[in-house]
Amino acid sequence: MEKSISIGSENRTLQVLKKSVTPYSYLSPTLILMAILSLLPIVVVIRYSLLDNVIMTKNPVFVGISNYVAILTDPVFHQAIFNTLYFTVMSVIFHLIIGLAFAMLLNAKILSSFTKSIFRAIYVLPWVFTATIIAILWRLLLDPNGVINYFLTTAHIISFGNPIAWLGSINLALHAVTFINIWAGYPFYMVSLLAGLQGIPNELYEAATIDGASSIQSFRYITIPQLRPIILSLAILDFIWTMQQFALIWMTTGGGPIHVTEMLSTYTYKLAFSSYKFSAASTSAVVILILSAFVVVFYVRNQKASA
Amino acid sequence: MINRSVKTNRTITKVLVIIGLLIGAFYAGFPVFWMIDSSFKGNSEIFAYPPKLITDTFSFKAYSAVLTDPEKVRFFINSYVVATSVTLLTLLVGILAGYSFSRYEYPLKNILNTIIVSVQAVPPISLLIPYFSLIVALGIYNTYMALILTYMVFTLPYAILMMTGYFNTLPKELDEAVKVDGGSSFVALWRVLVPIAIPGIVSIGIYTFMLAWNEFLFALTLTRTNDMRTVPIGIQLLMGQHSYEWNQMMAMSVLGCLPVLILFLFFQRYFIAGMSAGSVKG
Repeated sequence: MEKSISIGSENRTLQVLKKSVTPYSYLSPTLILMAILSLLPIVVVIRYSLLDNVIMTKNPVFVGISNYVAILTDPVFHQAIFNTLYFTVMSVIFHLIIGLAFAMLLNAKILSSFTKSIFRAIYVLPWVFTATIIAILWRLLLDPNGVINYFLTTAHIISFGNPIAWLGSINLALHAVTFINIWAGYPFYMVSLLAGLQGIPNELYEAATIDGASSIQSFRYITIPQLRPIILSLAILDFIWTMQQFALIWMTTGGGPIHVTEMLSTYTYKLAFSSYKFSAASTSAVVILILSAFVVVFYVRNQKASA
Repeated sequence: MINRSVKTNRTITKVLVIIGLLIGAFYAGFPVFWMIDSSFKGNSEIFAYPPKLITDTFSFKAYSAVLTDPEKVRFFINSYVVATSVTLLTLLVGILAGYSFSRYEYPLKNILNTIIVSVQAVPPISLLIPYFSLIVALGIYNTYMALILTYMVFTLPYAILMMTGYFNTLPKELDEAVKVDGGSSFVALWRVLVPIAIPGIVSIGIYTFMLAWNEFLFALTLTRTNDMRTVPIGIQLLMGQHSYEWNQMMAMSVLGCLPVLILFLFFQRYFIAGMSAGSVKG
């Protein structure tokens, strides 16, 4: 009698234990992968940033924050921060403008659904291309002998025989890569905003029309407020992604000419794999990590506020 | 009188919308058209002045040059192997994790969930240097494994987030029914929940495949020899060698975006739902 009770309770403890372990066992592949490939590397990169000459020498020495002093006082780093900010902010603004404009065109009531689906397919095109392909495609288009210079010459915007080297010009290269990135990124906004527009109840617009609101007023007081939550999360996500852009810059200008398109990503990459200054590169990587953390905290707060 | 002005107004709107649509189509479509057009040209005609649309020398030469070069074909094979492996593994691991987050309550759940979600925002460049030394230390530098493992760090968080969301929409009674019949939670997951969640799984899979197919930075850093390079790096290599073979680069670009384009055309609905779900929900 007593024996069977003890066996029963033992079984129960075993079951309870098993039950509390189950969710972790389902999660274990993720946890192992994330521990080895994201937490550990973050610890390692911070450690590297405090050492001198890592990877290149067997016994690097601890140098405290001197790497940070060197990076934060490097004028090229300052320029990379400025360029990344310009590139990111302009991209986010124009992605939003173009994405919203296209979404509203596609949402126009006067179009047949067939016309809409054709234009939607065309507008979404830039989305299916990887950054590498976009980069070389625009190098072809923006080449001094390329088709864009031909258009501009024919339209007499630039004079014959003076083609512009968009990506090679110190004054224009940053604007040119930003322009390319704007082309590459708006479809994400367009698709999300189109879904958002279709979710706005028609009664709102009808009521506004009855009250005598113009279409501009409807846009200002109905469309924008209704889309606000989507716009905010799109913009923050885009900000995070655009800040990280590497391939597009690397394949179009490589950060040149003389650093005018240098981004935080290309700056860090070059420090590591062109100059083999792995400590300095790690320091720059940690600074980027901290900067992104600010944006993420902002994003999480926004998500929580709207949830 | 009023009627007529309303009518003209409507015509004006219609004309404006159509003009807007056409300008937009040119902006979005011309670069793509030019890429395809150039891939059918001879290399000497790429920068012909004035530019030619469809040339007398229309040919598939650039394509056959790419497809008969074993080195270039290898880029494609590598990309397919890596992207497919990443997709399958991400789905497998993501389904397990999503199930755990959706169906169980446990002390560390919220913290673990937050950590996994925030990994999504870690800039790849910040992890690049430790990855480089870690991958070399593990002895998998310049292998498929190096790319597959590192890509999963960036594909998994999204997959887990979306999978948890999908499972949350399925009633818990479904798994309870399986357990009443004596089945384990594992059976409930694979026999009942996964088959119902197929639409969600497909859209996560497509998104994952696309990320893996397009990745550049890690592929550039964690592989070294040409037989391990993926398509994005392969296209870059074409730019370095000899002169610029623009027509071949464009042909390779067309071929390089085909898998994503085909996935997109066939699964457009899933694709758009998946991509916009996160932002619309927010």
